[in-house]
Parts: sequence; structure tokens; C-alpha cells
Amino acid sequence: MSTVSSSHDLEHGHAEPPRGLTRWLITTNHKDIGTLYLLFSLTMFFIGGAMALIIRAELFQPGLQIVDPHFFNQMTTMHALVMIFGAVMPAFVGLANWLIPMMIGAPDMALPRMNNWSFWIMPFAFTLLLSTLFMPGGGPAGGWTLYPPLVLQTGQAFPFVILAIHMMGASSIMGAINIIATILNLRAPGMTLMKMPLFVWTWLITAYLLIAVMPVLAGAVTMLLTDKFFGTSFFNAGGGGDPVMFQHIFWFFGHPEVYIMILPAFGIISMIIPTFARKPLFGYASMVYATASIAFLSFIVWAHHMFTVGMPLAGELFFMYATMLIAVPTGVKVFNWVSTMWRGAMTFETPMLFAIAFVILFTIGGFSGLMLAIAPADFQYHDTYFVVAHFHYVLVPGAVFSIMAAAYYWLPKWTGHMYDEKLGKLHFWLSVIGVNVLFFPQHFLGLAGMPRRIPDYALQFTEFNMISTVGAFLFGFSQLLFAYNVIQTIRGGAKATDQVWEGAHGLEWTLSSPPPYHTFTTAPEVK
Amino acid sequence: MTTQADVREPASPAAANRRLVRRLSMGVAAMFAFGFAMAPLYDVLCQVTGLNGKTGGRVAAAQPVAVDAARTVTVEFVASLNAGAPWEFAPQVTRLQVHPGQFYQTHFLARNLTGQPLTGQAVPSVAPGPAARHFQKIECFCFTRQLFQPGEGREMPVTFRIDPELPPEVRTVTLSYTFFKLDDAGG
Ligand code: HEM
Ligand SMILES: [Cu+2]
Repeated sequence: MSTVSSSHDLEHGHAEPPRGLTRWLITTNHKDIGTLYLLFSLTMFFIGGAMALIIRAELFQPGLQIVDPHFFNQMTTMHALVMIFGAVMPAFVGLANWLIPMMIGAPDMALPRMNNWSFWIMPFAFTLLLSTLFMPGGGPAGGWTLYPPLVLQTGQAFPFVILAIHMMGASSIMGAINIIATILNLRAPGMTLMKMPLFVWTWLITAYLLIAVMPVLAGAVTMLLTDKFFGTSFFNAGGGGDPVMFQHIFWFFGHPEVYIMILPAFGIISMIIPTFARKPLFGYASMVYATASIAFLSFIVWAHHMFTVGMPLAGELFFMYATMLIAVPTGVKVFNWVSTMWRGAMTFETPMLFAIAFVILFTIGGFSGLMLAIAPADFQYHDTYFVVAHFHYVLVPGAVFSIMAAAYYWLPKWTGHMYDEKLGKLHFWLSVIGVNVLFFPQHFLGLAGMPRRIPDYALQFTEFNMISTVGAFLFGFSQLLFAYNVIQTIRGGAKATDQVWEGAHGLEWTLSSPPPYHTFTTAPEVK
Repeated sequence: MTTQADVREPASPAAANRRLVRRLSMGVAAMFAFGFAMAPLYDVLCQVTGLNGKTGGRVAAAQPVAVDAARTVTVEFVASLNAGAPWEFAPQVTRLQVHPGQFYQTHFLARNLTGQPLTGQAVPSVAPGPAARHFQKIECFCFTRQLFQPGEGREMPVTFRIDPELPPEVRTVTLSYTFFKLDDAGG
């Protein structure tokens, strides 16, 4: 593939990257920025993971052993913020950066300079967020949902938390605009919308979701800020406001946000399963429409997080049925994945193992979601460990497994080296066992009435908590294998072929492994 | 979604990008504004429908309706203090039997427990939610801020009637006030 650029008016004229640290600071190359995002995400994954282990260590036994309750609450809040905004979302943006241009035959992202900005905001946002832990009064401790009036009791950290959230939001919005512009304007001739790989499709829809809801979150936290410092009363009942309104605004953002964290995962899984089943994806068009309907429905279900807050009967019923409706397109996806595997010539390399585990374990999370969607039942489940089990099943063996599957799947393409398959399989098995030991007992804890976000609990919950903590440490430490494997693959290893996987199809596999610094400077021909 | 011809053929990709970025940024700005617009929309929705137990403001006293003497509704009164509001606050009576359509007056008692003048605001809420629309006040201490001198205590009136349109299955209506301390910043 030629790297000579004659006429393209993108930012970079040179074929070789500059050397040293400045390369990374000033880079506008989508592959460099993708790498930065992914490494940033991996770092945050370990920081957030360390917080989770503090939480689980404290919950190993009833009583207070290791940390004081206020610090415990800071850990639950920070763990969620770091994992959602620091680990999962940047990982998907990193994958989008690396893959979307190579999948649609574009030379780079449409707005390379903005791309550099989107990334470099993130380390500052998270330095700021994490530094609040050391401020007088500690970091935010009222939960990642930032409900007033509790969140307004945050100490001096409060304005810094809000600023950090604004910065992450700005980064996400810029990333989303960039992705939409790339997909709509830079596709190679012949790459029609309905020929796009599903990862590109799911990201296109996710980017629209981001543009629709990140500004709403920005608005909500701005209102918190003015309530606290400038005398407004958006959420202050004494001044005529209503704290419940915050919950409506927050979840109007929050529910689409959970789909922002899963739609790109659907895309990844829809790429990996056909490769290792050696069959084209079953029901491509229905996958696209299912993704679009999930995105649409995600705007009209937010109050399923608020069943117990107080709503008229009609509201409870509406949000209950609307939520259950989402299970239909989600079910279409699961059936399509299973049908793709059906009678396929399957092999079970590490990416496929993670993908299959995704299909099974995400579905368990979907079912517990359906249980929570039953409004009268949710009065018992709400704010218990059952909810914690639900969203960790969709987020860890869901979103996080898909990211790991993607890393194993495309790492040989990115680095030109095969990863260590044995180590990869070991990582998979330890993770899949760890994650179930960690989260499955939490269903039982929740059904038995253990509330979430508490540092201490009644004696009868001890056994399941101990099991869960053992699983947490198993899962957490297994991830070191992943980091080790990735680093070793970057540094060397068996040479990967261009196609890497026998059953892999798509433009990115026509490039060399690793691909040259600039790819598709002349658009490829798409049949 | 933009059509093929629309995005494929423009003069330069840079111009197409600029146009798209402009549109998407407008989307971002609109959604940011929408977040704020939810505040008034939410209030209007609650006032109109009485969801959330929000009662409307003052009703005009001059709209007589027939008193439904055959029907008796229990009205309960609840007073509570927001955290950190240094008052004593209680209803004079905790329940009244009323006939829909007729006006009643009752009082709430409040005393400033501090040595400083304090301003407070009572925020009403009616349960069950669907009854809120039918709870009509023509006079209420909750319509205005209440200034209390150090140690001052006083009786504060509320005059109300239950609209005869109150759904027949509602036999008890609870009127609850929460008293908030207004500090300088707290608006
Ligand atoms: C079939 C699909 C799903 C249904 C029916 C569903 C339903 C629900 C319901 C009803 C709740 C509220 C429970 C409560 O607080 O009492 C909830 C919470 C949650 N769900 Fe789901 N869900 C689904 C899929 C997902 C997915 C795909 C994700 C993320 C990838 C997700 C992430 C979450 C999170 C993070 C929470 C808890 C938020 C919090 O309170 O901190 N859910 N879900
Ligand atoms: Cu939700």
C-alpha cells in the first residue's frame, strides 16, 4: 500500500511519524490516537479495578475492617466514574479510531486535529477527578448518579468533579462528531451504508446517542453547580425546585449512556463471530435495524430507574412496557449471533472465546434487566445488590469482554505480532470463572435484601459476600495476564500474516500487519 | 441520514466536513438547551397534572361550587422540617372531616428556635398524587416567604377546599408541608 500523499489536504504531510514524546503529544494520526486511547483506558481499568478491590476487601466480612465508611462511599462513586468514563468509553473510542478508517477505506479521521484534542483532554480530566480524593472533605461520595441534595454535601472537591465531568463530556462529544464526519464523508467509493461493517454501524448510532445525551448531562451538572454556588433552585425544594427533577434529567442521559457502552460491543461481537464460525453474519440488515431501534427506545425508558421514586400508575406502566420492548431488538441480536454460529466451522481462539462468553453472559444480564423492568418487582429489587449484579453482568462480561475480544482479535493486525494464544486462553478462563464467582452470588444477596453502596451488612449475607470477594480478586489479578500479553505482543512475537485469521474479511485485513503509518491515502475499490 | 449523492459529490471534503460539524454542533447546543428546558417543562407538567403531589398556586375565591354535603373526605395535615431548619413546626389539628366544595381554615404553628431572624419557606405536597389537582387553596402561608424574629412563634393560616371533582375512590387526602430555611444563597 502506497503511503505517498500527493493531494490530500489532511494535517500531516510526512510519511514517517516524528520520534519521541512529541510524536504522541502532537499526533493527528488515527492509529496513534487509537493507541493512546487504548493505553489510557487500560490504565484507568487498573485504577478503577484497584478501587473495586478495596470495596470487595471491605465487604469480605461484616463490620468495618479496612476503610472508614466515608472513604468506602468515595470508592463506590469513583470506581463507577472511572470505569464508565475512563475505561469503557475511551476503549471504544480508541477502537473506533484504529478501526473505522481502515474498515471504510479512509486515510484518517475526518477531523484529525480535533481528534488530538479529544484525546488529550482525557488525561487532564482524570487527573483532576482523581485528585479530588486528596482534597479536604474527600472526593465525591454520593454515588456516580450525583443525586442532590446528597451530592451537594461534597466538600471542596465538588466544583472540580463537575469540571472533570464537563471535560469528559466535551471529549466524548468531539469524538462523536469526528466519528460521524468520518463515516458519512470519508467512505471509499462503493462502500455504501449497507455495506459497512457492523462495528462502523453501531459506532455511527452510538455517536448520535452521545451527541444527544452528553449535553444533557452537562446541563444537569451545571444546574447542580449553580444550585450550590449561585443561588439557583433547580433542585432545591425550598426555592421552588425539585430534587426528583434531577433524577429525570440524569436518567434521560443515563439510560442512553448504558447503550453507548454496549452498542459498540454489539458491533465487535458481530465482527468476531462470523470470522471464527467461518460464515457471514446471519441477518446483517436486521442487526442494523435492531441497533437503530434500541437506540431509539433508549430515550423513552429512563424512568425504569425511578419506579420507587413516585410516579402515577400510568407512568409506571408506560416505562415498564417500554423497557420490556427493548428486549425484542436485543433478542434479535442474540438470535442472529447464535444463528451465525449454527452449523459453522467453529474454532475457539481467544477472541472467539470472549465473544461466546459475551453472548451467554450478556444475555443473563439482559434477563435480570427484564426482572428489574417489572415495576412492582422492582420495589423489592431497587437499590439492592440485584441491581449491582444486573449491570455488572451487562458491563463486565458484556462491554469489557467485548473490548478484550477486540484487543485479541485486532492486536496482530495493529502490531504485526501474534499474541501468546496459551496465555490468552488462560486469561479467558480465569476471567470467565472469576467474573461469575464475583457477580453471580450478588443476585442472591440482592434478592435476600442486601442494599447496595453500604460498607457493612447483616450477618446472614456473609457467605455470599466472601465468595464474591474471592471472585473479585481472581478476576482482578487475572487482568495482569492481559496487560502482560498485550505488552509482550507489542514488543515482539510470531509474525502475523496480513489476513491474520483464516475467516477474516474486510478492508482492514487487506492491509499489511502492522499497517503502514498512513493507509488508504488513495481510496480502495470496494466491490 | 444524509443520502449518498449528498455526501459524495461536494466540492471538497473539507467543506462537507465543515457543514456536518456545524449541523452536529447545533445538535449539541440544542440538547444542552433542552436539558435546561426540562426544568420549566417539568414544572408545567407537574402543575397541570398534579403529578408528584405538586399543588397549584392560589385559586380565585370567587368561583362558588356546590357543596357536596353527602360526601365526607378526611384531610390529614403533616408538618416536617428540612434537615437543618431550626424551627418548631406542627399542624394545629392533624385531621379534619370536610365536605367537598366548602372552604375550611386551619393553622400551622411555627417557632424560630434561634437567636437570629430567619426566613423560611414552606413547600406543600399532596398525597395521593391524583388528588393534588383537586386541593384548592385560597390563602396559604406557603404562598410567601415567612420572616421570623429571634424566638418568635406564630400561627400561620391556610384556607382551602376540596374540589367536588375529587375522584370518588379518594377518601383521605394528606396535605404535607416541609419547612425550608432560606439562606442568602439559597434563593
Ligand atoms: C434487556 C435490557 C435491559 C433491561 C430490561 C434493563 C433494565 C434495567 C432496570 C429496570 C434498571 C433499574 C433497576 C433499579 O435501579 O431498580 C437497570 C439498571 C441498570 N442497568 Fe440495565 N437493563 C438492560 C440492559 C442494560 C445494559 C445493556 C446496560 C449497560 C451496558 C445496563 C446497565 C445498567 C446500569 C448501569 C444500571 C444501574 C444504574 C444505577 O442505578 O447505578 N442495563 N437496568
Ligand atoms: Cu436504564
